[in-house]
Amino acid sequence: MTVAAAINETSPEKVLAPVLSAFWDEPNSWTLETYRRHGGYEGLRKALAMAPDDVIALVKDSGLRGRGGAGFPTGMKWQFIPQGDGKPHYLVVNADESEPGTCKDIPLLFANPHSLLEGIVIACHAIRSNQAFIYLRGEVVPVLRRLHHAVAEAYEAGYLGRNVQGSGFDLELTVHAGAGAYICGEETALLDSLEGRRGQPRLRPPFPAVAGLYACPTVVNNVESIASVPAILTRGKDWFRSMGSEKSPGFTLYSLSGHVANPGQYEGPLGITLRQLLDISGGMRPGHRLKFWTPGGSSTPLLTDEHLDVPLDYEGVGAAGSMLGTKALQCFDETTCVVRAVARWTEFYAHESCGKCTPCREGTYWMVQLLRDIEAGKGRSEDLDKLLDIADNVNGKSFCALGDGAASPIFSSLKYFREEYERHITGQGCPFDPALSTAWAHQPHLEVNA
Amino acid sequence: MTTEPPVSLGIPEMPPPDYPAEVRARLEADAREVIARYPDSRSALLPLLHLVQAEEGYVSRTGIRFCAQLLELTTAEVTAVSTFYTMYRRKPSGEYQVGVCTNTLCAVMGGDAIFEALQEHLGIGNDETTEDGRVTLQHIECNAACDYAPVVMVNWEFFDNQTPESAKRLVDDLRAGRAAQPTRGAPLCTYQETARMLAGFPDTRTGAVEATGGAGHASLVGLRLAKGETAPGRIVSPREGGIAPGAGGEGEE
Ligand SMILES: Cc1cc2nc3c(=O)[nH]c(=O)nc-3n(C[C@H](O)[C@H](O)[C@H](O)COP(=O)(O)O)c2cc1C
Ligand code: SF4
Ligand code: FES
Repeated sequence: MTVAAAINETSPEKVLAPVLSAFWDEPNSWTLETYRRHGGYEGLRKALAMAPDDVIALVKDSGLRGRGGAGFPTGMKWQFIPQGDGKPHYLVVNADESEPGTCKDIPLLFANPHSLLEGIVIACHAIRSNQAFIYLRGEVVPVLRRLHHAVAEAYEAGYLGRNVQGSGFDLELTVHAGAGAYICGEETALLDSLEGRRGQPRLRPPFPAVAGLYACPTVVNNVESIASVPAILTRGKDWFRSMGSEKSPGFTLYSLSGHVANPGQYEGPLGITLRQLLDISGGMRPGHRLKFWTPGGSSTPLLTDEHLDVPLDYEGVGAAGSMLGTKALQCFDETTCVVRAVARWTEFYAHESCGKCTPCREGTYWMVQLLRDIEAGKGRSEDLDKLLDIADNVNGKSFCALGDGAASPIFSSLKYFREEYERHITGQGCPFDPALSTAWAHQPHLEVNA
Repeated sequence: MTTEPPVSLGIPEMPPPDYPAEVRARLEADAREVIARYPDSRSALLPLLHLVQAEEGYVSRTGIRFCAQLLELTTAEVTAVSTFYTMYRRKPSGEYQVGVCTNTLCAVMGGDAIFEALQEHLGIGNDETTEDGRVTLQHIECNAACDYAPVVMVNWEFFDNQTPESAKRLVDDLRAGRAAQPTRGAPLCTYQETARMLAGFPDTRTGAVEATGGAGHASLVGLRLAKGETAPGRIVSPREGGIAPGAGGEGEE
């Protein structure tokens, strides 16, 4: 078995830094007992001894940035909550995880739900909130089960409810299951959905920090953002800043998927590269090479094998013309037809478009029509410019960022693979064999073994 | 199956029948419990729609009227919400909902082939139900399990790393009433029981929470590497001669 030379230079122990995932391999990793054994709820003890504003300052100084896609500084978001306004404040955790390719929050909640719960209590103490919600996408019942269990354990142990740990601080936490709609991951659509309405985005301003849930000051944060807070409390901001870069400090979960030898979760500092991750994890599947990948879900522009050394942090991926997004590293090898991939994502956006604004509702529909034709060999050469033109009318002109996301795969794939689109048109069909891309393409005996 | 009324021209539909009294009493007690979890009662609408789905297996007009009455909304308001979300079924469907992920990554890794194989094997199309009422087939969007592609969900429990053969065996088992064990999740219950959990009522079956262990194999690959438990050499090309990605395989926990 050959091992790439770079493995000798960069050992997995050095590239990776499990924090949230550090004990996922324990038999009962999701229980309060296990969590406590690994220092769980120590961060909360420290936070409760601090003034709320000092907790906000600490999180701000740590440099933690939102892990839900946009990378907004978490401490700053908390600071925006007006104080002494006499209104209730709310924390809403965004556990809607539906961006194609994104698969970090769900395993995190399955294996270690208490890290989120501890983060929630700390965050609510900081922003003076007595009611928090976890908005979990509905299609993940195993995770719902573990959340129900963890929340019950936390109430029982006095981490939730009246007078948390004797501090005089009260906190109620409600787990809310969604009902299937990608757009509900967008924070204002999520709030409408949580208010019992169709999940359609709201006009901003006012931002949720001023008028969010029930028109009250509300923080919406991603699961991983909030779950990262307890470790900052226990180990300090300097420890957190010892990882990553000045502007993108800390650790994060990278999700490798697709035609790689070992898909899965890899937790490490921000700023490592896809090449490093592939080197330590066994690379692409044997005999194949990387063709294109997403750095952070399907809404982040595609990158190619030219970009293997791009530092996976907010600035690095931005400079390469894409976005770090959710760090969903979907890797496709040379057997994959980029037109098929983009057509399928575009069908997804068309299906999930909430219909509120015209550019996205109509644009995604027409982009699907054009892409289906091109994929089926019925496209015309002028279709490519028409596709770009429509994408241009969706991008930046839609009501919310779903529209921008829908345009991303189209712009970026045409930038790097225009010639492949043209081959579909001139050759009147797709030159790829989908059977070669399947997980079982190299295992004729798989069915016997399985 | 539904008996849809014939198209009527201008004559309003009669109100749907109410639930039988004892059903209504039981549902109302549940609904009050759900409503109490929220500062504003309307927030309980999504869970209540899950609750009425737990009663009948789909969101019927009776269920819509029930939600409207409890939350003091119009049936039009409730219908507008229930039709926005894909998890609410609009017609009676199977006991097991089999969803094949056909978003790009799973599709490319074999989800398309699995979906085709199942359509052919079951003789039904998307969103259709087998005659025995056991299986409703659906293609679904990315279910946040791409590192286990291709993924099949049954009643929203994970069946990871599927093949056309394994998926066919799975639906055969479901139809024959044989137990099917998810890769991640608890032993299957019916669609209606699942809907009740979604309404916010915890699974009370013994062993359900702990079933299938802490984390799935793909969730652990990075951790095992970082701990030096998997030698880099061993993990190269694990797909040759074995199905479990990662050195250990599933049986380790
Ligand atoms: C279409 C769309 C879908 C989104 N889906 C999610 C999601 O599933 N989870 C998430 O945390 N953020 C999602 N976001 C981003 C949220 O709007 C919001 O920025 C985020 O929850 C803020 O949390 P953070 O600051 O902790 O990152 C989505 C945004 C858009 C435009
Ligand atoms: S961009 Fe799309 S999803 Fe966003 S508001 Fe407009 S129609 Fe709805
Ligand atoms: S693409 Fe199938 S689970 Fe993500």
